[in-house]
Formats: sequence, C-alpha cells, structure tokens
Amino acid sequence: VTVAVRRLLHGDVAVGDALSELSYPVTATTVVLGALASRDWRPMHHDKDFAVERNGTHDIFLNTPNQAAWFERFVTDWTGPFGRLGRMTFRMLGSIFPGDTMVFRGTVTDAGVDETGCGWVSVDISVSVDGDAKTTCAARVALPLTEDDNPWERRGGRWAP
Amino acid sequence: MRGIGVSDIDGLIGVEQYEEVGEFPVEQGYVWTTCASVENGNPLFWDPEVAAEITGGPIAPPTMVSVWFRPHHWAPGRDRPGLPLQVHFDLKEGLGLPEAVMSDNTIVFHEPVRPGDRLATHQILRSVTDEKTTRLGTGRFWVIDVEYHNQRGELVAVESYTGFGYRRSARPEAGRESS
Repeated sequence: VTVAVRRLLHGDVAVGDALSELSYPVTATTVVLGALASRDWRPMHHDKDFAVERNGTHDIFLNTPNQAAWFERFVTDWTGPFGRLGRMTFRMLGSIFPGDTMVFRGTVTDAGVDETGCGWVSVDISVSVDGDAKTTCAARVALPLTEDDNPWERRGGRWAP
Repeated sequence: MRGIGVSDIDGLIGVEQYEEVGEFPVEQGYVWTTCASVENGNPLFWDPEVAAEITGGPIAPPTMVSVWFRPHHWAPGRDRPGLPLQVHFDLKEGLGLPEAVMSDNTIVFHEPVRPGDRLATHQILRSVTDEKTTRLGTGRFWVIDVEYHNQRGELVAVESYTGFGYRRSARPEAGRESS
C-alpha cells in the first residue's frame, strides 16, 4: 500500500488497552441529522412534542442505527482503515438527548488469531452521559498481522466474523 | 403472515419471509451524509485512492447495511408507510401485544457493500418465548434475523434483533424507545 494512513497492527494491541475517549456535545441537529442520514423518519427522532407526549421522554433522542455509525467511527478512529469490523452487539440502556455530552470509552477484552490466520480483537465500548451508560457495544474487529496483511482481502471461508 | 396467532408460531420458526429488494441502489450520497453525521473521517469513505488500495474500490460503512432498506417516507401507489422489520410488527399485532422494545441487536458483517449494489433481504423468525413478566409489562421475547445479500447472491450481513412485545402494566419507563 502506497497511501499513508493510520494502521493499527494486531501486535500493537494487548488485552486491557483503553481506546482514546471521545466526547461529543449532542444537539438537536445531531439527532435529526443522524436520523435522516439513516433514513429513520419516525417522529420521536425529530419532533419534540411527539417524543414528549408519545414516548414520555423530555426531548427527541438519538436513533439506534445512527448510534451504530457512532460506534463504528469510534472503532475505526482507533484502528485506521485497515480495521475491518466482524460483528457488533448493541444493548440499549437509555436514551441520548440534545444537551447531553456523550462520552465513548472502550477497552480491549480479547486478542487472538483464528484458524484461518486472521487477527481479531474484541472491544467493549460504552457511550455514557454523566457517567451513566446509555448504550453498550461489544465489537469484534480484524486487524492486520503485518504491514503486508489486509483483512479486507479475506473472502468466503477465509473470513469468519 | 398477518393475522398469526400463538398456534402459528412454530410453523414460522426458520422460515424466510418478506424477501425484498431495496428500493434504490446503495449510494455514495448517503455514505457521506452518514459519515458527516458522526464526523467519521475514515479515508475509505472519502479518498478513492485509499479505497482502491485497501478495499478494491469504494465501500459503504458496514453499519449502514439496514439503511438501504428503510423505505421512502412516501412512494407513489403505496397507501401505508412500509415497516422495516415487518415480522416484529406481525408478532405484535398477531399476539395482541401493543407495545414493544428492542433489547439488543447484533450485526455480523460479511462481503463489503459497495455504491451501486442492489441489496436484497429477508427476515427469519428464530424464536419466541412463553409469556414473561418484566418491569415493563407482560409479554414475549422474540429473536428475528435479517439476512442481506448483494446482487451476486453473496451474503453481506446478518442482523439479529431481540424484541420484547408486551402489554403495559404501568406507565412506560421514560427514555425507552417504543417501536
């Protein structure tokens, strides 16, 4: 590869490593932009009156698909473009509203090489507001083992996410 | 599958339902709008040279896979808005459970999705529990898989959703997303 990009190698990662924290002030624009970017037209993600009266929340709130996009960004900020997501499991615990500062934190929980020779790391991530976790995400991401390795070249039986 | 009842559930487990082709091809514009919405600067989505070298050309963010199936808010000749996870709504309706929450979901990523792809999907009911009572009310948990393929028949992703459909026993807890 000739282009210069961030490239986290599998050997650079150890269980217990923490990812750099990401803090982001959420506005109504964050919520509405995220909902429309994910083609989620449901009113509780853009209509405050609906959210209050129908959902019993105090405001509109971030939708789930856009939170997935936030988690993806958080992981690939860390890995660089060679990092290839294998799976993500989300658990919704509470909502995120305009005015909240959401904070993403992640810790490496596992690292290994599978039988096809693919290097994997597992990361537990949470997004929290004022210390309360709102959504958690367990992610499994493939990382290159060497400078010449590229998880994106794996297909069929060589890709076991 | 509308009008299902409790006795119909067993026959639906493992059955592919609602085979559907996306209303529009995977498009670069939504890729950029999504990346902008979360300030994702991954050069795979912004720099064609990087995408050519690493992923053999542009790809869409893997987590966008369900985006390509959310129906237009309006389309000519359609009299009711499309519902993206129809099996979930069938279960709510058929089992008489007016409220529902999604407790967790998993996405497994296979072949990359690329601009221009025309994806197809189907839904598979995996399990439904007996009635249980939680803080929210009394109802049933179910697991629905959504499988996505590209126009070459290659699997691109599988999403698994765990839902809880219920009858309210008290005011819903603030902050939960009803769907």
